[in-house]
Amino acid sequence: MEALVEWFAVPFQFDFMRRALLVSVVAGAVCAVLSCWMTLIGWSLLADAVSHAVLPGVVLSYLFGLPFAAGALVFGAGSVALIGVVRRTSRVKADAATGIVFTAMFAIGVVLISRIPSDTDLMHILFGNVLGVSDADIAQILVMAAATLLVVLFKHRDITLFAFDPTHAHAIGLNPRRLEALLLGLLSVTVVIALQAVGIIMVVAMMIIPGATAYLLTDRFERMLVISVAVSVGASVLGTYASFHLNVATGGTIVVAQALAFTLAYLFAPRQGVVWRGRARTARAGETVPAR
Amino acid sequence: MTEAAVAVDGVTVRYGDVLALEDVAFSVPAGRICGLLGTNGSGKSTLFRTVIGMLTPERGTVRLHGHPPARARARGVVGYVPQAEQVDWAFPVRVVDVVMMGRYGHMGPTRRPRAADRAAVADALERTGLTDLAHRQIGALSGGQRKRAFVARGIAQGARVFLLDEPFAGVDKGSEATIVEVLRGMRDDGRTLLVSTHDLASVPDFCDEAVLLQQRVVAHGRPEEVLTPQRLLAAFGVGAGTGRAV
Ligand SMILES: Nc1ncnc2c1ncn2[C@@H]1O[C@H](COP(=O)(O)OP(=O)(O)OP(=O)(O)O)[C@@H](O)[C@H]1O
Ligand SMILES: [Mg+2]
Repeated sequence: MEALVEWFAVPFQFDFMRRALLVSVVAGAVCAVLSCWMTLIGWSLLADAVSHAVLPGVVLSYLFGLPFAAGALVFGAGSVALIGVVRRTSRVKADAATGIVFTAMFAIGVVLISRIPSDTDLMHILFGNVLGVSDADIAQILVMAAATLLVVLFKHRDITLFAFDPTHAHAIGLNPRRLEALLLGLLSVTVVIALQAVGIIMVVAMMIIPGATAYLLTDRFERMLVISVAVSVGASVLGTYASFHLNVATGGTIVVAQALAFTLAYLFAPRQGVVWRGRARTARAGETVPAR
Repeated sequence: MTEAAVAVDGVTVRYGDVLALEDVAFSVPAGRICGLLGTNGSGKSTLFRTVIGMLTPERGTVRLHGHPPARARARGVVGYVPQAEQVDWAFPVRVVDVVMMGRYGHMGPTRRPRAADRAAVADALERTGLTDLAHRQIGALSGGQRKRAFVARGIAQGARVFLLDEPFAGVDKGSEATIVEVLRGMRDDGRTLLVSTHDLASVPDFCDEAVLLQQRVVAHGRPEEVLTPQRLLAAFGVGAGTGRAV
């Protein structure tokens, strides 16, 4: 027991650990909310695309000494718009348009990176630097997170309707195009928030795993949101602490913790878990478990 | 006669090079059930999408109780029951959540339900016989119950014009009878229903009128006038008395 308290208490004495926890928990919570819609609509590739496409923006911000969020947001939103344009104005299918735009953007970023003086910065952009976030970074993250959560608070029912049945949304006088744009905007902002925690390469994990895990555990959207946030925040806390004690990369450890949570849900979720489903099949056919 | 509930006039719709609807014109008075018949690819879903304004016709106009589609939507006049393939049945919503979505047009910007909304949802569930299933996840229902859930959503919405795309596909005779009963009840309240179907045998049973569609309106009238052997042969390539045509 004492050892456990110490496991948590000792790292908390360090300022850099408190900052790291703040950033990873905030990023984890915001990503978790968005990840529910990403998994339900099937926008995982899009989330991956946006996270890679911000690279040139981040690099340019570094080079010109701008806030990292400024460049990242411009390129994130810009690439989403560009994907839409390519898809609508050519016969290329959505996934191909997405793949082309994000790899092109990422490539531009890689070219620009050769201009960055040190390799440390490069590593931080790609794999996160949650142990070294500045006050300015934290301020940007908190503002973006607050804005995102506020919009979600007011619009989550409309967004869920858009995810479930855009035609009905249209029929009752809402504007599905505008809801889609809103969700894409939130996606861009969220990706930028998560960059600081886990870096460009692993942002997509934060944008998908919590929602996918929660999806295995419930049939109700509100619960899915709560579970997703709980899983993600738990993974952020455990991952950050574990990385301290094991002296390994924090971003990677957070994502490993999320992947573990998903694995547990995949195996043992009450109704969706493969272990119980296997047992139910061997028990007796035809006796499906009633839905809640 | 009063103004038509649905008035389609000279509507032509194209997808790129594909001509989906050509000069389609018909109107349905309020308080009727109109069957929309046609083969796969005859343009039924396209017509529905045009009526709710998802597609803008190249030529022609649509009026719902005298309003253009955008105004009709804003006033909550149109309800839409999607074709089963268009729904994600694994989505984590319950029947009651889906029916509540019908009320969104009546709510404030955050769509927080009030007592009146809950009452409307309870009433819609009651009328479609889904009260006991209200807390089931939407996919944990039979084919017929699923259809009724979407019909309930339209009832809760208070829609005056209903578009139902293939409500009887994959539904057994018993469930079909329940749905038909619900639809008749709605018609008796003065609502208007446009129902696309392949199930020719049941059309004379529950439709007040029928439109036979094949890019254009091939025939429009009482079901027995429309379902003549010659016309069916022309539109479906089958004779009368056949059950499902595809
Ligand atoms: N998005 C689209 N792009 C191009 N052509 C389309 C599109 N949707 C439909 N079509 C074409 O328009 C015509 C009418 O299609 P529609 O879906 O309206 O038919 P339908 O009567 O609903 O058929 P079904 O009974 O199979 O549902 C068809 O020739 C179809 O191939
Ligand atoms: Mg169709």
